[in-house]
Amino acid sequence: MTITNDPQTSNAGVAPAVDLVNVVIDGVEMAVPKGTLVIRAAEQIGIEIPRFCDHPLLEPVAACRACLIEIDGVPKPQPACAQAVSDGMVIKTQHSSEVARVAQEGVMEFLLANHPLDCPICDKGGECPLQNQAMSVGRPESRFEGEKRTFPKPININAQILLDRERCVSCARCTRFADQIAGDPSLELLERGAKQQVGTADDQPFDSYFSGNTIQICPVGALTSASYRFRARPFDLVSVPTTCEHCASGCSLRTDYRRGVVTRRLAWDDPEVNEEWNCDKGRFAFAYQSNGRVELPLVRENGELRPASWPEAMSVAAAGLEAAGSSTGVLVGGRATVEDAYAYSKFARTVLNTDNIDFRARALSLEESQFLAAEVAGRTLHTTYRNIEQAPAALLIAFEPEDESPIVFLRLRKAAEAGTKVHTLSPVYSLGSEKLAANWISVKAGTEAQALSNLDAAVRDSLSQPGAVVVVGERAASVPGLLSSVSRLAESTGAKIAWIPRRAGERGALEMGAIAGLLPGGRPISDSDARAQIATVWNVDADSLPHAGLSGAELISAISRGSIKAVVTAGVQPSDMPQGAELIEALNTADFVVALDNHHSDITERAHVVFPVAVVTEKAGTFMDWEGRSKPFAAAFRDALTLSDAGVLAMLASAMDSSLSGDTNTLRKEIASIPTWNGGRADIPTTNAESVDAGPTLATWRLLLDSGLMQEDEPHLAATARPSVVLISENDHVALGTPAFIAVSGPSGSITLPAEVGMVADGSVWLPMNSPGSHIYTQLGAGMGEAVTVAATTGGAA
Amino acid sequence: MKLTPVITEFWDDPSLYTLDGYRSHGGYQALAKALKDTPDNIIATVKDSGLRGRGGAGFPTGLKWSFVPQNDGKPHYLVVNADESEPGACKDIPIMMANPHALVEGVIITSFAIRANHAFIYIRGEVPEAIRKVAYAVKQAREAGLIGTNILGSGFDLEVTVHAGAGAYICGEETALLDSLEGYRGQPRLKPPFPAVAGLYASPTVINNVETIANIPYIVDRGVDWFRQFGTEKSPGFKVFAVSGHVKRPGIYEAPLGITMRELLDYAGGMRDGSEVKFWIPGGSSVPMLTPEHLDLPLTYEAMAEAGTMLGTGTPMVFDQTVSVVKAVTRWLEFYKHESCGKCTPCREGTYWITGVLEKFEHGHGTETEMDTLTTLCGQIAGRSFCALGDAAATPYPGAMKYFSDEFKAATHTSADEQFDPVKSYVFSGARV
Amino acid sequence: MTIEISRGITEATRNEMRELAARYPNPRSALLPMLHVVQSAQDEVTTEGIAACAEILEITQAEVTAVATFYTMYKFSPVGKHHIGVCINTMCGLLGGDAVYEKVAERLGATHNGPSADGNFWLERIECQAACTHAPVMTVDWEFMDDVTPESAVGVIDALAAGEEVWSTRGPKIRDFQATEHTLGMASDELATEGNSVDAKMLAGLMVAKGSNNS
Repeated sequence: MTITNDPQTSNAGVAPAVDLVNVVIDGVEMAVPKGTLVIRAAEQIGIEIPRFCDHPLLEPVAACRACLIEIDGVPKPQPACAQAVSDGMVIKTQHSSEVARVAQEGVMEFLLANHPLDCPICDKGGECPLQNQAMSVGRPESRFEGEKRTFPKPININAQILLDRERCVSCARCTRFADQIAGDPSLELLERGAKQQVGTADDQPFDSYFSGNTIQICPVGALTSASYRFRARPFDLVSVPTTCEHCASGCSLRTDYRRGVVTRRLAWDDPEVNEEWNCDKGRFAFAYQSNGRVELPLVRENGELRPASWPEAMSVAAAGLEAAGSSTGVLVGGRATVEDAYAYSKFARTVLNTDNIDFRARALSLEESQFLAAEVAGRTLHTTYRNIEQAPAALLIAFEPEDESPIVFLRLRKAAEAGTKVHTLSPVYSLGSEKLAANWISVKAGTEAQALSNLDAAVRDSLSQPGAVVVVGERAASVPGLLSSVSRLAESTGAKIAWIPRRAGERGALEMGAIAGLLPGGRPISDSDARAQIATVWNVDADSLPHAGLSGAELISAISRGSIKAVVTAGVQPSDMPQGAELIEALNTADFVVALDNHHSDITERAHVVFPVAVVTEKAGTFMDWEGRSKPFAAAFRDALTLSDAGVLAMLASAMDSSLSGDTNTLRKEIASIPTWNGGRADIPTTNAESVDAGPTLATWRLLLDSGLMQEDEPHLAATARPSVVLISENDHVALGTPAFIAVSGPSGSITLPAEVGMVADGSVWLPMNSPGSHIYTQLGAGMGEAVTVAATTGGAA
Repeated sequence: MKLTPVITEFWDDPSLYTLDGYRSHGGYQALAKALKDTPDNIIATVKDSGLRGRGGAGFPTGLKWSFVPQNDGKPHYLVVNADESEPGACKDIPIMMANPHALVEGVIITSFAIRANHAFIYIRGEVPEAIRKVAYAVKQAREAGLIGTNILGSGFDLEVTVHAGAGAYICGEETALLDSLEGYRGQPRLKPPFPAVAGLYASPTVINNVETIANIPYIVDRGVDWFRQFGTEKSPGFKVFAVSGHVKRPGIYEAPLGITMRELLDYAGGMRDGSEVKFWIPGGSSVPMLTPEHLDLPLTYEAMAEAGTMLGTGTPMVFDQTVSVVKAVTRWLEFYKHESCGKCTPCREGTYWITGVLEKFEHGHGTETEMDTLTTLCGQIAGRSFCALGDAAATPYPGAMKYFSDEFKAATHTSADEQFDPVKSYVFSGARV
Repeated sequence: MTIEISRGITEATRNEMRELAARYPNPRSALLPMLHVVQSAQDEVTTEGIAACAEILEITQAEVTAVATFYTMYKFSPVGKHHIGVCINTMCGLLGGDAVYEKVAERLGATHNGPSADGNFWLERIECQAACTHAPVMTVDWEFMDDVTPESAVGVIDALAAGEEVWSTRGPKIRDFQATEHTLGMASDELATEGNSVDAKMLAGLMVAKGSNNS
């Protein structure tokens, strides 16, 4: 299989025929599609027309007038950013027209008249479109002798973005981004004329998960981030293209560092994936990379972990694992790179001789294993962003895109704006649903499977249109029968399935076979041809490969029972899992625990050997996004000495008299050599729905910005998170006597938070899954769709 | 040329603003006639009349109506631009205060012609008296079955909404007006699409000036030939001229297009005693100024263009020898700076910059270099701004320099008030001419 | 002066705002009128008023703020009982409006776009009022006070301050700022028949044409 993409593969179908028109730009004849904007046409032949308000992904406004050009036969210079070409048009830019040159110079002079001369202390200095274009098309000296417009220095438009109003050129990129792209029109142009300025309503911040993009598209230094402001000069930074590790959206990023420390991250251009955007988590949450790291191998001695040399730790680990024989298991977590996941998959099967492996450190089910084997694994780029964008209709199931895959949200929003009908089957009509103008199929939490089987005809018809998509989130695994219903729905309507997990490593781990029952490429481990193919690649005897093993939940139970003696974990946090408490107990009594991790956790505390592993900046790797698109990246810090997980596993294999490559390039070649699997697939699951309690049930998901480990130490970002509240329907709130606070209780305890009435199905109550004051697995012991009790309280935090 | 009161003919009847008063002078006969005709015929009539928009640009009204796609299944809208805010323009507000039913009747006929079932009258917010008079006329017309469903049994339905603005000259620009009427900041829209195709609520929309619409009942009632007997081939009809400034009897004078400024001046009693024309502006501060040598030009679209200016709103401002051109121009630029919407760079930054420099001249601190700078700065706005407001802001200075460059030169050492005692320009007692 | 200054957004005010929203094919069109109604209720546009508009129109407060701050008739601190405008554009200003403004400012102890010393008045240098024929022009609560002199303008202020009856030269009896804002917001009131809005200057041409005026 391949982990580099042919860009054509995502363009399913034939490109539509385009009407071309002939134009001449600065004497160069060219043919471009009808309707192309002059500024874009000029770019195609390398002519850069100055611009500020223009942005290829925003609607043209022609406000800044920096891009004025001359068109033969048109008396006045025209804005290239808003002028569409027509056949026979003769265009002259600043390079061949004095009119255009003078017009551009005039606009530039006006823009600079009131612009402060604070470039030496401005974050943008050195990468500033105003600075650059002033040099290329501006007058050498300003004639402006008046008093420059000033504003009190800077104001926060939200906790992480500051605005220096006197630097602003009123291009409105930020406000248009907020409105057109993010759907968060809480950043606006205020006042008018020379006093016009960007701002928010009184005491209301620019509330958007995507706010950081405004900093990046600001063509001057008006918007800066609290965390980066005054920290570095762009020309002192080293920039490396990377892939975001935070979720399965798969954003291309640019990581900028200086002296071994990442200073900032930017969205990078991937037209098929994140276009030019990313979310604030991806942009701002990287302090974890340097803080709180496991730095040395640790071994347990007399009950205490102590630093150890690599050889010592290796031999202790090897001995411990060998002693357990094949009574072992591997919990991979969801954040591994493709290469690391592959190494775990191969390590489990060829070194530990076990198929007890799972990458799902979250609520999971055997039904989900079967669903993934039947519908997802081995089908990379089966459903893509482009499919979503072009779908006539999309049904979201157990999926809140704005929180759980923000770039999918942006693409859905783009689609919805262009006419895609979005339906959402959920107990809650979220802010995100509102921004998608979604049709709400309201359902009591836990009864999603039944509801899906009883969709009304209109929704069903809309999903029966060619190109319709069913988008299902990882939370579907929490509801018995739901994924079976999804399969049946897709089968009966012809809609494509998009399965969108949260974590960046999940799809890659699935494809690499880091899940019981599946070998790499979606091969059923029970299939003899599949075994033979993989055995060849791995250079082992097919018979030596283990037979179907235990998936996550079963594995944890087995450790508890003592039937599994040793376990290898990688970046797993028990608090993320419904069986978290059970896992911690099990690890307390397990014979042997090896943890590969970059941060200390409940698991490293209980491990017998802890190996430090690299974070994404310290290793090369690949994240496969939810589409199954491979997004390889190089190490940002090429001199980093930290080993990747695969590197550690390779040493461990060697210590266990086996062999495994830990080198990224070798692993990539090996993965590439695996043929595409055309053999049998698992049957779709047929699990029955279960009836739920008549009482309240829990609706829940993880907010984008929450208590996640990788968001630590970024207070400005955390301050933009949505507050933890109990969301409840108006009816249920009234039934409780309209309390200000509500206590939600489950088997392990209760959570008390401010009550907020929202669009929630009666009988359901919503809590954030893992936000400050609301950690459902540890505090409640209940998961999505499970019965809880709800009571009014007088207040105070739990 | 004789004055020809048509819209203003019965303004001396204090009951004219009421339905009964208006009807007593033949009001709403045109509507009854129009509703028996077809929309296409009415459009043809207005086209044949040659009526040109009275808001300033002079675009042929019937042609504008004919751009509205017919039978497109979309709602159509008529929007009346009653945002009269241009310095010097003061004829729409009087029309609305004195003869609101002429506007309302015109609105109903026009809506019928362009197949609109909802019309909006966007009146600037600073004139509550105009708003209440128009609203009252609409209310009376509705009560009389002239607005609402099945008007006069014709099957034609129309809703008319009177809407108050809130202080923004830019909303006189038709696309800014549409944004304002949709509840947004009044900033102009990109064209295309043009309002006739995608205007209010992205539907086909005709936007006409108050005076333009008030012409419609008379044209429909009395016919093309009657209308064309006034004015010239290219500027047919009559015009509500409003003459202001240092004349003896400033006020409203309705006359055929083609009347000269000298004739209007005579009707207005001539200049105040001891005073002579120094400069005058035919139609709002956005058109270049003229001098006494132009007093005998016909006030038509074409003759004014030939003289390097425009008829504009047809509301001549006349200033005598006591007035400082530097001060007048500075004040206009302060206005444009105040009213710039901020959308485009040339207008936003240019008006800010130019005003600052002009204020130096007003205080006698300009330099000759800055006179050239001002010329180039105006050139950097004219034809480069997003909408006509920017062009307008770039007009007064070059217009003044054409005839009065000496005054600017003098303002490099002597302030405007020293050159021209401001008290002498006052029109109340204490003025010393 | 019949209307007391009140400062709250009552349910009655909200109902008026809802009524406005229902007048238009798209409710957002009512935003400018609604903000006038907010001023009629609050004597200014407050955060509370902005929030009420946002809630009724289902838009963000930032969107309302963006609009409210664009238009100069909306004020963000209390206007007081009366809004006083003096046109200082070229025609009015040079024909004497500058002197009128100076005297009025002195009388009120106010500066441009700010309250009088006693808080009862708000002074503003206003732009062209479309009444150049009646220069210099002043407005009281946006009703016309045509052809003023510094003395007559101060006289009007004195009369208003004393609570005396003052009539617009082309319009009704002066009420107060909030009452006018209500007229603007709802685009109607009961005063159309009250004042005479046609004067000699508007009849100047007609009188000449009728040959009956040579004064």
